[in-house]
Amino acid sequence: MNALFLFFADNMGDIKLRLLEHVRIVGVALLLAIPFGITVGIALSRGWARTIRGPVFYLLGLGQTIPSLALLALAVGLLGVGLVPAVIALLLYSILPIARNCYTGIQSVPDGAVDAARGLGMTGWQILRSVELPLAGAYIIAGIRTATVVAISAGALASLIGAGGLGDFIFAGISLYKPEEMLAGAIPTALLALGADFGLSLLEKRLERWRR
Amino acid sequence: MSLLDFLHEYDQSLLIALGEHLRLVGIALLIAVAAGVPIGAWIARDGHRAGPVLLAANIIQTIPSIALFGLMIPVLAIFNHGIGFLPAVIALILYAQLPVIRNTRVALRAIPPATLDAARGLGMTERQIFLRVALPLAAPGIVAGIRIAATMSIGVAAVAAYIGAGGLGIFIVRGIQTTWDMMTIAGAAGIALLTLFVEIALGIAQKMLTPKGLGVRGGGR
Repeated sequence: MNALFLFFADNMGDIKLRLLEHVRIVGVALLLAIPFGITVGIALSRGWARTIRGPVFYLLGLGQTIPSLALLALAVGLLGVGLVPAVIALLLYSILPIARNCYTGIQSVPDGAVDAARGLGMTGWQILRSVELPLAGAYIIAGIRTATVVAISAGALASLIGAGGLGDFIFAGISLYKPEEMLAGAIPTALLALGADFGLSLLEKRLERWRR
Repeated sequence: MSLLDFLHEYDQSLLIALGEHLRLVGIALLIAVAAGVPIGAWIARDGHRAGPVLLAANIIQTIPSIALFGLMIPVLAIFNHGIGFLPAVIALILYAQLPVIRNTRVALRAIPPATLDAARGLGMTERQIFLRVALPLAAPGIVAGIRIAATMSIGVAAVAAYIGAGGLGIFIVRGIQTTWDMMTIAGAAGIALLTLFVEIALGIAQKMLTPKGLGVRGGGR
């Protein structure tokens, strides 16, 4: 226990730096994945996409079953090591939950609401922007929440391909067998994931309540 | 060295690693199902029990796998099992709890009360109702949960190679350490193929277990 406190005290600056690195990898991947995932979700919810909807979700689902470590390792083979392949792997991984939830959310909008908007003379674009997307908000946030947790988890493995982050402490701790170093990485990583999950769950509940 | 040469050269070690991987995932899933299905049934009709159980399972699920290993190693080290097979199996069992418990609960709750009443009217005991009516009807949903748990476990087991649990992840570990892409790709492709195979096989099992006349019920996926 004492060793742990000492390690934290001695390495506070380093832990903060790795934490920021971790947040940066996850943040960049999500900033790219969110607009992309929402666009895919909206596109698949349109009438013209009826025939491709099934195959597209099936392919995205299969991609999601590939373990993150395997995906990161494959990214090294294609793109080399560092930040860029890590961000791309996390990005690919985050798209499915966002796209699927956005699609489900738009599907859940009552037909009556869309009809009413049409009756008011709104165009398709206006209906999407001011009726469908706001009503689907809670679902979209739920998708972003899943994607965030997945990305934080995969971000810890990104250390292996030279992208930095809190995984650096965990893997160094394991290979040197220094429990305090392991915990210095593991505790902030776990707290980061739990904190992001909890924060986004609050936002999701608010939007859920607002919808009723 | 081409991929074919590599596979030829390393076929033995790939097979051993595949066996280790399957053993780790298989044992963990057996225990996880044996624990998770009864827990799911126990909380199915009781909201007061369901809340805390699902919350706990959800928190465990949220903790990144490598962080969970990092947290467990110092604790298990007290019993001299800090690294290796045991922490990997425990982590896999813990991770599998959420999909198994949640799907069991959802599948059992989806059974129409009239069906259970009819069974009761036939004079079946509660035990008979559970084993002969509820469980078969819930089976596809439960298998859907096991399917999610299985694909997730194969992925976490890959990371477990870093704590000395063996398996196909070893190829990724060595490939990255020696910057030998061929080895990394062999491990990654092996794990991805194994995941897809298990995913498809359990999908077929799920369809076969669906009682005739019920149609396709996904339950959770």
